[in-house]
Amino acid sequence: MRKTTRKAWALAAGMTSIALVATACSSSNDAADDEGTADGGDITLTVATFNEFGYTDEMFDRYEAENPGVTIEQKVAATSNEARENLNTRLAAGSGTADIEAIEVDWLPELMQYPDYFEDLASPDVEGRWLPWKVAQATTPDGKLIGYGTDIGPEGIAYRADLFEAAGLPSDRESVAALFGGADATWDGFFEVGKQYTAATGKPFFDSASAIYQGMVNQEEAAYEDPDTGDITALDNPRIKEMYDQVTAAAVNDKLSAHFTQWSDDWTNSFQTDGFAAMLAPGWMLGVISGNAAGVTGWDIADVFPGGSGNWGGSFLTVPSQGANVDAAKDLAAWLTAPEQQIEAFQNKGTFPSQVEALDSDEIKSATNEFFNNAPVGEILANRAKDVVVPFKGPQYFTIQDAISNAIVEVDVNGADPAAQWDTFVQVVQGLG
Amino acid sequence: MATSTTQPRAGRRLPDSPRPPRRVGFSQTLGRWDVKVSPYLYISPFFLLFALTGLFPLAYTAYVSVYDWHLLGGQGEFVGFENFAFVFQEPNFWKGLRNTFSIFLLSTIPQLMVAVVVAALLDANLRARTFWRMGVLVPYVVAPVAVALIFGKLFADQSGLVNTVLGFAGVEPIKWHGSVLPSHAAIASMVNFRWTGYNTLILLAAMQAVPRDLYEAAVIDGASRLRQFFSITIPQIRPTIIFVVITSTIGGLQIFDEPRMFDQTGQGGPGRQWMTVTMYIYELGFGNQKSFGRAAAVAWVLFLIILAVGMLNFWLTRRIASESTPKQARKKVKR
Repeated sequence: MRKTTRKAWALAAGMTSIALVATACSSSNDAADDEGTADGGDITLTVATFNEFGYTDEMFDRYEAENPGVTIEQKVAATSNEARENLNTRLAAGSGTADIEAIEVDWLPELMQYPDYFEDLASPDVEGRWLPWKVAQATTPDGKLIGYGTDIGPEGIAYRADLFEAAGLPSDRESVAALFGGADATWDGFFEVGKQYTAATGKPFFDSASAIYQGMVNQEEAAYEDPDTGDITALDNPRIKEMYDQVTAAAVNDKLSAHFTQWSDDWTNSFQTDGFAAMLAPGWMLGVISGNAAGVTGWDIADVFPGGSGNWGGSFLTVPSQGANVDAAKDLAAWLTAPEQQIEAFQNKGTFPSQVEALDSDEIKSATNEFFNNAPVGEILANRAKDVVVPFKGPQYFTIQDAISNAIVEVDVNGADPAAQWDTFVQVVQGLG
Repeated sequence: MATSTTQPRAGRRLPDSPRPPRRVGFSQTLGRWDVKVSPYLYISPFFLLFALTGLFPLAYTAYVSVYDWHLLGGQGEFVGFENFAFVFQEPNFWKGLRNTFSIFLLSTIPQLMVAVVVAALLDANLRARTFWRMGVLVPYVVAPVAVALIFGKLFADQSGLVNTVLGFAGVEPIKWHGSVLPSHAAIASMVNFRWTGYNTLILLAAMQAVPRDLYEAAVIDGASRLRQFFSITIPQIRPTIIFVVITSTIGGLQIFDEPRMFDQTGQGGPGRQWMTVTMYIYELGFGNQKSFGRAAAVAWVLFLIILAVGMLNFWLTRRIASESTPKQARKKVKR
């Protein structure tokens, strides 16, 4: 693994140096006109993201036009897991990271333990740009800011109005919000609606039990670790077992789940085959839904969430210190996370901005999404973002979350015994201590 | 005494002809060195390279395996064999071992059997021979990751083509990503798709080197095609079969790409249904634990396992080679 990376890197380095030499000759004439580049020469900046960040080639073209000599390449990993492993591997190897690496909030804490790998991005220019809790997540105890916030993940419930109607349930977004309980919505209420739907149609209600669990656990203030001591409390916290039992019972006993693993091929295909009727939808998920369900009509999003509100995911852009052009990369990261660009990203893919100015902007407030039956997604997500509980996520959060999510997938998708899978989870957690 | 007698002698000779004997002596030494040392110099590049790319990583892995060593945090305390002890009591390690051998057997055995048969068919007098021969190599050209992506879709549990086709035959959908053995079969099919053609060509080359007069003699003796295949072709290409078995063994025990790409998370399934030992090494080192020490411990265990299987193969090779010699001798007598 390491050898191939190094070899590939050497090849890439060789090719870029040839390219640099070649372009240096041609551009030397008008070098005086170039103002944007810090180093004077032409540079290539790579931006590594995952899933859907909403950054388009057109945005990069604009930045390239404004900053002559800068070429931007985007690398997109399919899942957050994959991006995490890529980044870890290359940080350890000491080379090969992109100039800008996106990090998801779930695995940010484990990298926060090693801030030396990243540039300090704190700067007076960007002070007060983000919601305070978003900045706090990426700030080390001694005040180093390692990432610029991109989006946050306030969640609504995305549903298929046509399938709801066929099941005899209300289908317009206000009535559906009321159906789930409006401002007092609970998880019990959510599963209750599911039972009605499944009883009427005989079809599964939601996509994946582990996705529902994600929504639930993101409402816990301190799910797996003690915020003060950092000790693992996942097995002492009675809420974890309660949520596990609740979600597996709903998925298997009540047959509410379509038994998919999120991001699997089956899951992706099921958007085209009416596989399920509702799913939890953080802002960034809207782009995923409209992409997977292209051509399918009937999707809508309701301004309601069980337990009030929740934040699922949200990411940061970091600048690894090993990059060759850290200053130029910092400028680009600051530009990409500026309110204007994040508003545009939201309009592209629904990634809900974490910038204070963007949240107050008319573009967000008046934003509608054609795919979701022209739903006022900006307003809905802004409502959902209001009372977000910001959970504590320590260095072991991702590992524990991964383990319990595997257990739920085994029960939900593969029909394993819930009690046995819980024991497996306990074993994994004990192995961490 | 001896020194006092030799010294004056040497002193006496020096003024007469001091240089010639010395020069002869030195060039003789040089010559002797040339004969004795230079062959080692000539073969040294291999050993230097091997020491650099083979021996050093091996030794360094052993060094890492006895430390508490974090991917990003770096070297920690000396822990002795704690990493090995940890790994041995991990159920995932044993699952990985089980999966590796299961996928290895499911892929290598059918693959080599099919390869031998296809090679025999290609060895026959076909029209457009080169076309067919090159045709079997096409799957090998496809990148393993692309193969894995395509097969991942074919073997999707609910929406995959394979289950749909099985459904026509009245077979219940198989949980390709959920159960242990079906997932191994699906991954083995990827490996087979990619490597059968490659092994076929190697075996075909060996078959073409079989002297044709053996077949002519067999035909005169009235041997059927099948008889010729088992009594002439197979014994004659035995060394090549052993070579193919050994390379497949090494490749099979280190399988990584196909199982890793079999689903989106790349962990080998939620219950580690198809996680191989190499994937386990990767998970320990770069996944959740980020423990290089433990990963290095597993790497060493895997090395020892491959060594053991390699020795088994060596023993098999010698056994079969000595078995095949009398047969060849017999044929020579016949001729």
